[in-house]
Amino acid sequence: MSISWLEDLRQQAAAQFETTGFPASNLEDWRYTNVSAIAKNEFPIAKFVEDVDFDAVESGSAFHFVLVDGYFREELSNLPEDITVCSINDALKKHDDLLQAKFNQAIQNTHGFIDFNMANFTDGLFVHVPKNAILEKPLQIIHIATQKAVLPTRHVVILDENAKAELIEMFVSPEKHAYFTNSVAEIFVGENADLTLYKVQQEGENAYHFGGIYVQQQKHARFTHHNFALGSLLARSDVVSDLETAAECELNGLYLGNQNQHLDNLTRINHKQPHGISREFYKGILNDKARGVFQGRIVVAENAQKIDSQMNNRNLLLSNEAEIDTKPQLEIYADDVKCSHGVTVGQLDEKSIFYLQSRGIDEETAKHILTFAFANEMVEKIGFEPLKKQLKTQLSSRFPTI
Amino acid sequence: MLKIKDLTVNVENKQILKGLNLEVNAGEIHAIMGPNGAGKSTLSHVLSGKAGYEVTGGSVTFNGKDLLEMPAEIRAREGVFLAFQYPVEIAGVTNVYLLKAALNAVRKHKGLSEVDAMDFLTLVKAKTKALEMDEKFLYRAVNEGFSGGEKKRNEILQMAMLEPQLCILDETDSGLDIDALRIVADGVNALRSENRSFIMVTHYQRLLDYIKPDFVHVLADGKIVKSGGADLALELEEKGYGWLEQA
Repeated sequence: MSISWLEDLRQQAAAQFETTGFPASNLEDWRYTNVSAIAKNEFPIAKFVEDVDFDAVESGSAFHFVLVDGYFREELSNLPEDITVCSINDALKKHDDLLQAKFNQAIQNTHGFIDFNMANFTDGLFVHVPKNAILEKPLQIIHIATQKAVLPTRHVVILDENAKAELIEMFVSPEKHAYFTNSVAEIFVGENADLTLYKVQQEGENAYHFGGIYVQQQKHARFTHHNFALGSLLARSDVVSDLETAAECELNGLYLGNQNQHLDNLTRINHKQPHGISREFYKGILNDKARGVFQGRIVVAENAQKIDSQMNNRNLLLSNEAEIDTKPQLEIYADDVKCSHGVTVGQLDEKSIFYLQSRGIDEETAKHILTFAFANEMVEKIGFEPLKKQLKTQLSSRFPTI
Repeated sequence: MLKIKDLTVNVENKQILKGLNLEVNAGEIHAIMGPNGAGKSTLSHVLSGKAGYEVTGGSVTFNGKDLLEMPAEIRAREGVFLAFQYPVEIAGVTNVYLLKAALNAVRKHKGLSEVDAMDFLTLVKAKTKALEMDEKFLYRAVNEGFSGGEKKRNEILQMAMLEPQLCILDETDSGLDIDALRIVADGVNALRSENRSFIMVTHYQRLLDYIKPDFVHVLADGKIVKSGGADLALELEEKGYGWLEQA
């Protein structure tokens, strides 16, 4: 089935991508991250495979929306009945008008990965929570990668006025081979609506990952994002949100890199109108030869007075060869605002290590205890208990204590 | 229990301890007093295994074993405990976690099984109460946001839980008001036993009003220049340290 408005968008994007390709590192937003390896791999677009060897996830404390290699698998999923949650392909048939009105509207500045996604996305998630409705349980979106291919998916999430929802997006793979996840989500948080989105990126160890989240927040809308970058060989995360009057945005992030991992995080908070609140807190732990990037920018428009905004980025380097490039930026055009930012880069505190040793704890365990504590601060912010528990377990196995 | 012989220690190539001798037997309380810069803190740190101190001569044996050969954690497990002058704040690690991890590390070293979770809680709550500490402290990050007095009490709590053989109190009285000093002293006195020894490093005589030492030593310019009974502390309080350095 071909929908003309979408076909137009796809063709324009394809033409654009043809000219620019994936972002080059001479672009400011890409200067710390070289993505040329992705193009060199010449991944084909993943194919739909009839039989997959996974069991449906037990329903329980969450709903589940499962994508295998970028295709929605209804047989593995369990979805709410009263709220519209379906694949983007289904939505194109059933909710074409709504989709057309919103599609591509949350993205202000495109780049090669977004163009590529538009031209090639195979499937994705569509959520529409109507006015005053609440998604009663969190919706877990599980991406499972099995093919040596590119997996382009596209989500559109719409919360109408006063609606509320919690989404958990996970990227996993049972495979060690190279593949490329290319995921773009457009999110519309209506007036006084409230969306919490967790992202847990634990791709396979040779995977490439691009995940872009583009958010429009109406008046008094709240958007909370928890961004965990744990897996992949090379990952880039974009989180961009535009805030109308008195909207609130909270961005939390944790990136844990070891070996040769490269984890890039770009965030943009655009306060377009007055009285907005934003809180951004990203933490990174980098070991071995891993490299982390944090590029956070908060923009306060000229008429956006009384903005209250804080940005913080703290990094722990566990090896001499690990590297972090951190660039927090405040771009303020209004004169009556309260904005601050801070960055730290450091190693584990020798005094703390010795203190623990002096209590009988060996040096390695002491370091693990302190590293775990550093990371756990971000895990503690998770409101959904099963996810918190799962991530704690993962942290514990990465930094084993006693 | 502890034998220090002719100990010389450099810090950043400067000799701080210049041939220190000290013998501490089981059950004894020794006070080490002296002017600032005499090497008091260096002595506590060297005994506990802190990095940055170069032992250039002499020996330290603990229960017949070479203490200086042991990494800090082994010293702790063998029963040496340092109550810090400035306990560090450790964000994200709760007191109760540290206490349990430390206790289990010591127990494992002694060939004992891990402490039962319920037994541990009962024990730690009893000790917390004895030190007039709110149970809430157990679930707060180690020393984070604690007042000076709370930090010192927390040190004594750890000591009470680990039941070490040799307790080194490094300027424990500094920064304490009278009430906190009394509570800390009561905590220490409760731990006194014929098998446990104490070294109290202190600039002032004040602490010794509450914890009566068996021996008082004066450390000046890297050596013990005078030793005596509890009375010596009073004499020092009256005369200061100047007359010793001149002698």
